[in-house]
Amino acid sequence: MAEIVIIVAHPQLQHSRVNARLMQAAARAAPARVDVRDLYALYPDFFIDAQAEQAAIAPARLVVWQHPVHWYGMPPLMKLWLDEVFAFGWAYGPGGQALRGKDLWPALTTGGPEASYRPDGYNRYFFDAFLPPYEQTAALVGMRMLPPLLLHGAHRVAPADVEAHAEVYAERLASYPDWPELADLPGCPDCVVPADARPTESP
Amino acid sequence: MDHGAGWLHASLIYLGAAVLAVPLSRLLGLGSIIGYLAAGIVIGPWGLKLVTDPQAMLHFAEFGVVLMLFLVGLELEPRRLWALRRPIFGWGSLQLFGSALLIAGVGVVAGAGWPLALVAGLGLAMSSTAIGLGVLAERNLMATSSGQSVLSVALLQDIAAIPILAIVPLLVAGGAHADGNGWLGAAKAFGVIAAIILGGRLLLRPALRWIARSKTPEIFTAAALLLVVATAALMQSVGLSMALGAFLAGVLLAESEYRRELETDLEPFKGLLLGLFFIAVGMSIDFAAVLARPGLVAAVVAGFLAVKAAVLFAMARTMPLPLQERPVFTILLAQGGEFGFVVFQTAQGAGVIGAQASSLLVAAVALSMLATPLLLVLTDRFVAPRLAARGAARLDEISEEQQAPIVICGFGRYGQIVGRLLNANGLSATVLDHSAEQVETVRRFGWPAFYGDATRLDLLRTAGAGQARVVVVAIDDVEQSLAVVDLVREHFAQATIVARARNATHWYGLVQRGVEHIERETLDAALLSGRTVLELMGWEPHAARNQALRFRRHTIELMREMAPHRGDERKLIALSKQGRQQLEELWARERQEQRERQARAGWHTPTRPEGQAAQRDED
Repeated sequence: MAEIVIIVAHPQLQHSRVNARLMQAAARAAPARVDVRDLYALYPDFFIDAQAEQAAIAPARLVVWQHPVHWYGMPPLMKLWLDEVFAFGWAYGPGGQALRGKDLWPALTTGGPEASYRPDGYNRYFFDAFLPPYEQTAALVGMRMLPPLLLHGAHRVAPADVEAHAEVYAERLASYPDWPELADLPGCPDCVVPADARPTESP
Repeated sequence: MDHGAGWLHASLIYLGAAVLAVPLSRLLGLGSIIGYLAAGIVIGPWGLKLVTDPQAMLHFAEFGVVLMLFLVGLELEPRRLWALRRPIFGWGSLQLFGSALLIAGVGVVAGAGWPLALVAGLGLAMSSTAIGLGVLAERNLMATSSGQSVLSVALLQDIAAIPILAIVPLLVAGGAHADGNGWLGAAKAFGVIAAIILGGRLLLRPALRWIARSKTPEIFTAAALLLVVATAALMQSVGLSMALGAFLAGVLLAESEYRRELETDLEPFKGLLLGLFFIAVGMSIDFAAVLARPGLVAAVVAGFLAVKAAVLFAMARTMPLPLQERPVFTILLAQGGEFGFVVFQTAQGAGVIGAQASSLLVAAVALSMLATPLLLVLTDRFVAPRLAARGAARLDEISEEQQAPIVICGFGRYGQIVGRLLNANGLSATVLDHSAEQVETVRRFGWPAFYGDATRLDLLRTAGAGQARVVVVAIDDVEQSLAVVDLVREHFAQATIVARARNATHWYGLVQRGVEHIERETLDAALLSGRTVLELMGWEPHAARNQALRFRRHTIELMREMAPHRGDERKLIALSKQGRQQLEELWARERQEQRERQARAGWHTPTRPEGQAAQRDED
């Protein structure tokens, strides 16, 4: 019954510099409060135990999504996890209240350097442009999304910078929810779904 | 005749006959034992008459059997012998007394007097340890379940020979009276066995160490011979079986560091003396007795072989032995044996049976011993191929120390797939397989497979189990698989076991032993077939995959749940029913929900909101 659940998705963790280090740091930050779930280790066959996952995040206050950004989004197993675990009737829709009031914190890494995420860089958009799917997913299930923790250029960043980044990560996990910026953060926007927006039960 | 010249003359005959006959026999594909027997017939009283007193030679050569049992004992650690106690006393007694009673019954029905029938039954029920274990060793079958069964029965016969030889003289009508020395004799016998066990435990190893330190190889050889001779003499002095004593001494040294040395030192002596023994058996076939009543001898041989074979075959089925090992097991124990000679001689000496009956019975036993290797050859030619038997090919056992981080025990259909996957990923694995044929085949495809029985601790150690990270147990025989698991868990605790389970019982056996990584060999293949059927019946491929995987998870969970209740059949049935019901209910509920969702309007129209997930189960 961990207060913080970290969902890690990295298809090749053995080649990872940053995410593997972040995972270690997270596990050490506050062992009693943190449950690290390495999806690719838990579900190598892409056969997710949705009930077990729901049971793991139901009691948490903070859900962290830690993954490298691949093709401007999450790795496939993470997306499958989202599909299976954030289920209709559990996370959203009628009776879907299980995640309401929790915090969601993406901890993302990108291969491209920060300079590439500009209109004149090869990624052509500021990185913020890729975040709305995360924000809206959180909003629809009633979670408050916290400002993401980003590390750009993960392939080339110096070892010292990786360490410093991992420090920040661990420190934030340990001090949650006493983060100074949380006071000014607006709550979760309401997403009122009109009654006729979704298919209704047939009589 | 001058003593020295006589010795020289005899050596010339025996060695010459053996050197000529054995390679010839092997060339003809008949094996060495037939060669020795044929050589004996040729040089014996009924052949070229070069030797006229086969009995004297038989006594001398019996020491070959003693040496052989010592070597067999060396292969058998006390713990394994203890594990064999039930086969020895259970199956062994069943074979001996079952066969003896049946043969005696047939004898009485055929019109023989009951003392003769009983003596014939007891004598003919015995089997030749020399040929039996010799053949097993020649074919590397000693460690198989049939090998162990043959050994168990042979050991019981060795033990039972003592009381039988004591009882036979008492069968003379009206001559039954105990000689009052029974208790003393028994006490002496126990004393000697206790002395051998204690001495073997406490004295032998320091003594051998002291001798080995002298660094004179021939003295170590002499000490090894002396050890066997002394044990044999000690046993004989109290009327016990010499072979049994040597066997005990061997078992006591099975765990010593000198085991290999003793083995290599005594091996040639054993081989030569056993050869002599077989020559002596060949010589002792009394063709006069055979030719006098050829029909009767043939009937006795065929009759007792048939009765014993029937008992043995029933035993092999009940045990049960693997199908392809049953013929060898039956043939090896159906033959008569050297103890039979002794029983008949003793009975004749005590006047229980006549001289003519005795020589006829001896001839029958000798003929059955001659027939055994021939029967084996015939079985190999005509029966074994049908049973897909192990080939008679001989390979050297694994002997070089291996270092690979993975050991694969059993390299049949299952182990090979494991091995190929590992190999394709650049991992090296040491492969052990018990079937010589299998090893030769995979070697032809370039695999560094080794021949060896993984249920033997020393071979596992040589294969590198001592430093391996993973031991894959892919053996198809359930008992051997569990035996390997026991060995690895006890001696190589650093290695993780990955096991193949033949069936549910095997699976539970592995779970009980704490093995974590077990795969039931049929589960995944069958699930894939089931998945294909679902697809053919219209399920979407991905939905079929999900259902198969969910079924798999459920089945494994259910089996884990049931594991602690093994033995309680009612509870197991209840749990299994309950599990099946749960799964059916769960899936029925899901189908219901699915139908309800499908019934909702507009779910699959392009106007659906937000492109949410959760449509996996629809359609």
